Amino acid sequence: MKNFSVKHRTQSGFSILDLHGELDAHTASQLEDALKDLINQNRSEIIVNCSNLEYIASAGLGVFMAYIEDVRSDGGDIKLTNMNDKVYNVFDLLGFPTLYDILDDESDAINNFSNR
Amino acid sequence: MKNRVTYQLDISASTSNLSEVRNFIGLHAGKNGFSEKQIDEIRLAVDEAVTNIIKHAYKNDESKTIDILLIFTPKKLCVKLTDDGKNFKLDTYERPDLEKQIKQKKRGGMGVYLIHSLMDDVSYTRDNGKNKMEMCKNRNS
Repeated sequence: MKNFSVKHRTQSGFSILDLHGELDAHTASQLEDALKDLINQNRSEIIVNCSNLEYIASAGLGVFMAYIEDVRSDGGDIKLTNMNDKVYNVFDLLGFPTLYDILDDESDAINNFSNR
Repeated sequence: MKNRVTYQLDISASTSNLSEVRNFIGLHAGKNGFSEKQIDEIRLAVDEAVTNIIKHAYKNDESKTIDILLIFTPKKLCVKLTDDGKNFKLDTYERPDLEKQIKQKKRGGMGVYLIHSLMDDVSYTRDNGKNKMEMCKNRNS
């Protein structure tokens, strides 16, 4: 399927996942594999840049729910950034903003991690 | 506009068809006067419902079929989903306790809640060995 991709890069020492396209029950496994890879490499300070994420269904949200506890228990976090309003609304409907750091920009997440 | 316009799409029970379902909804709801926000909401609700059928009624058996029927009337759009899979219950739709689920590393239950939040009416019937789900969105909602 070409309607979703996830790319990994490193910025200021932090792992960043760039999501592109549509995250649904079919494509969620790609995100899951990418997160698992990072966790297996003991990378626990993870930023997920959603600027090119056009759509998310609950299967996508489920991936974030499944791994947040692992990274937080390692002293890290998964911070979500650059969401468009449409994607943010889905997170908001389910109450994610009280439990996850959802930030306007990738640089905010880097600052948050750096200033701890 | 005519009083009643219908469109039908039959798909095999594979999550690889979810994007086709979303495009089908977007195309027809757009042509029939729904706003972009309403279309986003309907698209997500139907995606969640079809995903539940694939996973719970059919247990990912791709040889099975899901019938999707869109019925546009002057007041609303109703989406009817029919499958002949296992009877599965979707009658609880409280907002999931995210904090608890995260601690227990549990996912799920979110789709049903989203469907009920995004649509105006949702109903399920079991008839002749088939699950029939109908969900409607009012034009003025």
